[in-house]
Amino acid sequence: MKTDDFISLLATGVAPVDRHALTKRFGVAVLVGAAGATLIMAMVLGIRRDLAEVAVTPIFWAKIALPLCVMVGSLWTSTRLARPGVRMGGSSWLIAAPIAAVWLAGAFVLVAAPGDARLALVLGKTWRVCPFNIAMLSIPGFVAVFWALRGLAPTRLVLTGAAGGLLAGSTATLAYCLHCPEMGIPFWGVWYVLGMLVPTIIGAVLGPRLLRW
Amino acid sequence: MNRTTDITAAQAKEAHLRTLFLSGLDGDGVAYRQFLTELGAHLRGFLRRRLYDGASDAEDLVQEILLAVHNARHTYRTQEPLTAWIHAIARYKLTDYFRARARHDALNDPLDDAFELLAAPDLEPAQARRDLGKLLDQLPGRQRLPIVHVKLEGLSVTETAKLTGLSESAVKIGVHRGLKALAAKIRGTR
Repeated sequence: MKTDDFISLLATGVAPVDRHALTKRFGVAVLVGAAGATLIMAMVLGIRRDLAEVAVTPIFWAKIALPLCVMVGSLWTSTRLARPGVRMGGSSWLIAAPIAAVWLAGAFVLVAAPGDARLALVLGKTWRVCPFNIAMLSIPGFVAVFWALRGLAPTRLVLTGAAGGLLAGSTATLAYCLHCPEMGIPFWGVWYVLGMLVPTIIGAVLGPRLLRW
Repeated sequence: MNRTTDITAAQAKEAHLRTLFLSGLDGDGVAYRQFLTELGAHLRGFLRRRLYDGASDAEDLVQEILLAVHNARHTYRTQEPLTAWIHAIARYKLTDYFRARARHDALNDPLDDAFELLAAPDLEPAQARRDLGKLLDQLPGRQRLPIVHVKLEGLSVTETAKLTGLSESAVKIGVHRGLKALAAKIRGTR
């Protein structure tokens, strides 16, 4: 087929393009991810019984703030990476800042604690299951985010896959906060971050294969 | 010609192409065809200057990048420069092309300057080596028929729906998915 004929093909019968396609796709993906993670959490793990009591404490909201900030940051990063020629800009700072803050606060807690109590602060009671649970809860979000990205045009596939995976992981962690009884800052800094890292790495590995266009 | 006039010319070109492209996004087929024709000439000139031994692949790549621009057109954000958006797409497709040829040495060279993209156009298309018509024939019917009727014969979506027995939304989805599948078939021929 000659190029002129091909251009005719492309230009014939073009319909107006939806300018909000990206917003809609990511809106659906985040909704599916959040609803899916919350549903699985409530059915498989159960909402923590004292949620009503802890929900009025500042430390609970500090805990929520970590995945929430990472989620906003990775959502912003993913939407930028989904468009050709748009740089990450400052969006990666919004991911790094909450994690750095939790690490800093966690370090303070550990330094202030007596030596023999430090390991217990890091491990909590649920360190064995925490990253695994977060990875499990991130599955619906992961599928939804990759669906959204496949309909867009990312050109840096490893990075985009990682950002998408982190979006799914942070959404899952947000839901997991409604179950997880751990209130130690060092615990969040290690196990929540590890849990979010699992879908991030899977996303980076699968990105080049799943997101090619 | 010195670089300042080059840049002024490129800015004028950017504004001109952007106007055509934005009209195309609003559904103006005439403006959109003009946009693709002019962009094709720029891509051709650009690729012929850069692909030293692969000049015969240039026309294939022009078609492939035009298809990629078309398939990604909903990701353009009005406030961004159009050249940067097209440049990133062209770079992505060219990287893919070089990777298939294991020409890693050339990866750093070809598309570094977005502004180069809109330098001298080349209006003389060569014969493409890959026949997109044949690749289109390989698509499944629910994608091929909407493309043949809507895009090649110029029928409306409603007429195509009546002719094929598909629903109107199935016709629209068929065109959309078919052109994405065509891009995947092009990747498969490398």
